[in-house]
Amino acid sequence: MARISELEASLRPPAMDMPLYPPKAITLASGEQMVVRQVERDEVPILLEAIYPLLWVERDFYDIVAARLFGELLAYKRYRVKDEYVLVGLIDGVLAGMVNGRLVDEKTGMSYHTLTIRRGLRVGSHLFAAKMEYHIEHCGQEEVLIVAESPIGFRRWMIEYPLEKRFEVQHELGGVPSWVLPRDTYYGAKPRLVSGRRPVAEELLRGAERIVLPREETVVRQVAGDKEETE
Amino acid sequence: MKPVYIVGAGMTKFGRSEWSLIKLASVASLAALRHANLGDVPVDSVVVANMGAARVNRQTALGSALVDQLALYPAMAEAVENGPASGASAFKVGCQAIASGMASAVLVTGVERMRVVNGLEGTDFVASLSQPEVEYIYGVTLPSLAGMFARLFMDRFGVERKHLAMIAIKNHENGTKNPYAHIQQTVTMEGILTAPEAAVNNPPIAEPLHLFDCCPVSDGAASLVLVSEEVAAKLAGPKVRVAGIGQATDTHAVHEREDPTDLKAVRIASERAFSMAGATPRDVDVAELHDAFTILEIAESEAAGFFDRGGAHLAIERGETRLDGALPINPSGGLKAKGHPVGATGVAQLVELAWQLRGEAGERQVKGAKTAYACNFGGFGNNVVATVLRREET
Repeated sequence: MARISELEASLRPPAMDMPLYPPKAITLASGEQMVVRQVERDEVPILLEAIYPLLWVERDFYDIVAARLFGELLAYKRYRVKDEYVLVGLIDGVLAGMVNGRLVDEKTGMSYHTLTIRRGLRVGSHLFAAKMEYHIEHCGQEEVLIVAESPIGFRRWMIEYPLEKRFEVQHELGGVPSWVLPRDTYYGAKPRLVSGRRPVAEELLRGAERIVLPREETVVRQVAGDKEETE
Repeated sequence: MKPVYIVGAGMTKFGRSEWSLIKLASVASLAALRHANLGDVPVDSVVVANMGAARVNRQTALGSALVDQLALYPAMAEAVENGPASGASAFKVGCQAIASGMASAVLVTGVERMRVVNGLEGTDFVASLSQPEVEYIYGVTLPSLAGMFARLFMDRFGVERKHLAMIAIKNHENGTKNPYAHIQQTVTMEGILTAPEAAVNNPPIAEPLHLFDCCPVSDGAASLVLVSEEVAAKLAGPKVRVAGIGQATDTHAVHEREDPTDLKAVRIASERAFSMAGATPRDVDVAELHDAFTILEIAESEAAGFFDRGGAHLAIERGETRLDGALPINPSGGLKAKGHPVGATGVAQLVELAWQLRGEAGERQVKGAKTAYACNFGGFGNNVVATVLRREET
């Protein structure tokens, strides 16, 4: 047993102390309240279930984002990635989207993915902003390395913030030349892009304790639109 | 001039489509033809409205292509391009064919597939309607023109952002009642204007216009079947008569207008349409306006004569343009929520009104609607087609 634990320990990457992301509530355009909170490892399976049907959705590169995120979440659950964290957005407990990333070292963070299930309400934009907030404000990092795997992501991150080029650094996601969000740029963009209220009302928090999955066809419809019927 | 009747109406769901341009047009056309149930009456003319296929989809001669796809030979066929007013212009051409006696049954189909290009290219393609030497060359886009127009209009008439938000809220709510609408999502005043998060939810596009003041970019098609009085008499179902059509133009460059807040082409086109119909704006029970930007619903409703200058936003405050108001405007969700596949829009407005007048509009039905009005706004108000439809009791 001890030999197995020792082996397992040697397989795991070293870990830094990471602060918990304090939950916040965001009023969406629809008037609905979205709670953004961090998830624990034991909640990963339900996220995998949500992602699974998206592995075959080509629209807006959901397939590659879903596939990579699936692996990243497994790696988090099985202790095979260094200092990863996962945040989710929940509306009445129902999963609206998720983001993840990891700490490279004390000063530098790395953004992994942003996956929106409930589209049209800037859920992805809010969650990405929460991720940047976590790196800069809560982990006290100086910068976050970022790439986009879809044109939507490029518009949202590279143009809206705007990010700076750090092309000499290959990002872990495919070795793509990296962009970076420095601390100053984050604070410059914060009034436009980062929102939410703390503390979250008890009732809202209670409603967000358990992650509820939308039905599989609902997930696919929200992501890819209605299936067109043939005449 | 001979009477013209709408006897069939159909459309595709607006949004983002994987279908080809001609498939979109065909599906809408077949829906309208089924709705019309023409029997052995042949379609003898086909008119297709489209703005950007030559550039965006690398396809031209859409009238011939649709005839071939539907095997409607040897029908006459043509395509009409008149910017965002292409739809109502094509409808006018179809009406003229019947009114002149050249045709007895005409299929008018509007179609656009613009989501195949990215947003920047799409915005540039639509901006190509602006004056090339004094507007387009300096980077003018439709959102920027609308932003400048909105600023001037709001300053002059006391319109506030809350009034624009009221229109977005109303039209999004109507859109949730329309299965063909691109956007099926309600929005709230808190979420898009008053909550601290609204700054993120509803970012500026071209101040003072924000995201939820702008229509989405959509793919889609809409179709109408028009017939002569003789053919209409043989068909079952309610009859919708084309009571009046008016069209008017204005200067290409917006800044050359004496008063840029005066949508003169809307006013004149509407006067012509009402005059032809023997009606007034007070007779209208339901209207579809070209709200590519929320400010346009306000400005057009005044120019069309429904409200005094500077009075529309007050009517909106009183709820008069809601589905249950005195004059429901954009029960379909308008361009704002139903979507705006440019060439299809003018036809889709009339599809909605035909359904309304036939009592077939489902959850968004305006009770007892007998007279309807549509404004298809081309360019930035430099080419406008207004239409008045009337239900004829059989």
